[in-house]
Amino acid sequence: MASTTTAAPTAPGSDRLREISLTQRFLSRPAAGALIIVIFVWVVFLVLSLARGNTAFLSLAGTLNYLDVAAQIGVIATSVALLMIAGEFDLSIGSMVGFAGIIMAIGVTIWGLPVWLSIIMAMILTTILGVLNGIIVVRTGLPSFIVTLATLFIIRGVSSVLTSSVSPITYIPIDPTLLQSDPLAQIFGFSATINNADGSTTSVQVSILFWIVIAIAGVYLLGRTRFGNWIAGVGGSSAAARNLGVPVARVKIALFALTALSAAILAAIQTTRFTSADILRGTGYELDAITTAVIGGTLLTGGYGSVAGTALGALALGMARQGIVFADINADWYKIAIGTLLLVAVVLNGWIRRRFAGLS
Amino acid sequence: MDATPMTDALMDRSPATAGDAGPLLEARDVSKYFGAVVALEGVSLTVRPGQVTCLLGDNGAGKSTLIKTLSGVHRPDKGTLAVDGQPVEFSSPRDALDAGIATVYQDLSVMPLMSITRNFFLGNEPTVGVGPLKRFDLPRAAGIAREEMKRIGIDVRDTDQAVGTLSGGERQTLAIARAEYFGARVLILDEPTSALGVKQSAIVLRHIIAARNRGLGVIFITHNVSHALPIGDTFTILSRGRTGGQFKRGEVSEAQLHSQMGGGDELHELTRELEALAGTDRRPATVPTSDPSTGAPSEPPGSSMAN
Repeated sequence: MASTTTAAPTAPGSDRLREISLTQRFLSRPAAGALIIVIFVWVVFLVLSLARGNTAFLSLAGTLNYLDVAAQIGVIATSVALLMIAGEFDLSIGSMVGFAGIIMAIGVTIWGLPVWLSIIMAMILTTILGVLNGIIVVRTGLPSFIVTLATLFIIRGVSSVLTSSVSPITYIPIDPTLLQSDPLAQIFGFSATINNADGSTTSVQVSILFWIVIAIAGVYLLGRTRFGNWIAGVGGSSAAARNLGVPVARVKIALFALTALSAAILAAIQTTRFTSADILRGTGYELDAITTAVIGGTLLTGGYGSVAGTALGALALGMARQGIVFADINADWYKIAIGTLLLVAVVLNGWIRRRFAGLS
Repeated sequence: MDATPMTDALMDRSPATAGDAGPLLEARDVSKYFGAVVALEGVSLTVRPGQVTCLLGDNGAGKSTLIKTLSGVHRPDKGTLAVDGQPVEFSSPRDALDAGIATVYQDLSVMPLMSITRNFFLGNEPTVGVGPLKRFDLPRAAGIAREEMKRIGIDVRDTDQAVGTLSGGERQTLAIARAEYFGARVLILDEPTSALGVKQSAIVLRHIIAARNRGLGVIFITHNVSHALPIGDTFTILSRGRTGGQFKRGEVSEAQLHSQMGGGDELHELTRELEALAGTDRRPATVPTSDPSTGAPSEPPGSSMAN
């Protein structure tokens, strides 16, 4: 008590400041753990596949292969991470991927619409579903986990009902010639061919480009715009954010819409590539996306996270999924690997956050 | 009380004419009911520039309802609010903010996981660029945040550091600095010291005085008389939704404030009981059995409760 009395009249200053090194600066970034995880996964599968005498993991074709897998998760995981930073979940995103594909296919094959119009229609309808998710969450005050769990079933069910009304089977094939002549289908279904020195060819999927563009846009949105500041604020405490004049409901609804739109983008990529829509497409993507965001350093409780980290998380998932193939390991091990990776990442991210960012 | 020596030193610098200015914010006979519950009944409160108005009351006395009414969250069922002598009606916290009335809630003001800069400007971000390239002007925001924190006495070298790494007192101070920067003339501070230790409380109390010396009107809500007494210019006691008394600085003692708050008598009882219990443990043979009616203890009970 005596020491506080004598200390009190001096200039207060901050009593919690110290010089920090560059390493600590790096480790205090939310994406630091994800970068460590990516390097770790890459090394593990490189060693495992080389031990089997397979150099494909290291080759250009192998790299592009796992980048494509990562990209398909990454396209939806960016917006899922933003939504989680704002403190909400969207479990219905996988169902929306299936729904958007079915709408596209019905537009083209049943209603005879041009492909580009069907894609735009699917994007608009899916985005409206996202807005509805957001409105229900904001208006009822229910946890988005429950609301979007309900819409997960409802949207998947609607896709089945729509499909069975036009087709005896559970998928709708699209005439490939329609896709080849359509401007939008050419963008979403684009793949470039690289001629290798040995005469073989390697294809580069456009999904990788979408992933990178969306991730960069997400990093910019979260880190450099007012809206991005509102996202973190809403997730930190929606009551406090509201007191400071942040339009909390609008921020949340906009993010649900963005998540739905990203599901439609992925659906357009997959539908044009596979020249069909399947009612089961996107099943389980919601958990992949959440896993990716969490590996990327995003907190389930909101208010903290990283889009760059989420992109790295998608990369780790893609590497693990294809790395298991390259290492000639039974694919059943993939789920064990992902579960383990998720646990390790959460523990690592938590430790880094406490140790280097000084946050509990 | 530890804060007393330093607050007395700062008291001398207070504007001599502060008390003569007209009221910034007034509540006149304000009543608020929630169904059958009388939350407030005929409560009046005045805040003048350069003065600290302490609002004291036990839990459930209506302090929260009163500040929510003053800050635009609730609308009074009876009575009026006046800003600069003119009657006003707030339909949202935004209206109150626009009138220069800023409320700093005890635990609801800052986001621990966001940086100092991002917290400082949340909801009021400065931007550069036009159209789709309009973006959060982080360098400018960081500069302002650093300067404003420095002005109120906290030297933050790295405004990118998360608010969660600041101490509790510094977080409250950040919220006060932010409110002042965005044009607050009246600061309503809801129990800013109740979750803090002695040293952290001293930091916050120092900044309350500094804000007052800059000409702000401050409403300081607390149930800690030891914190209110050294820095308050006027004291309003709230008891069971009614004004239990209004005093000026120097008119009232700590013990009086305690008994006015309604908790005084109970605290005396509690103090005696606890002393008796402590005595039982150490000296079982000499349990004090003195009659409680022999007068107030020389030590005001608040000192043992403080902090």
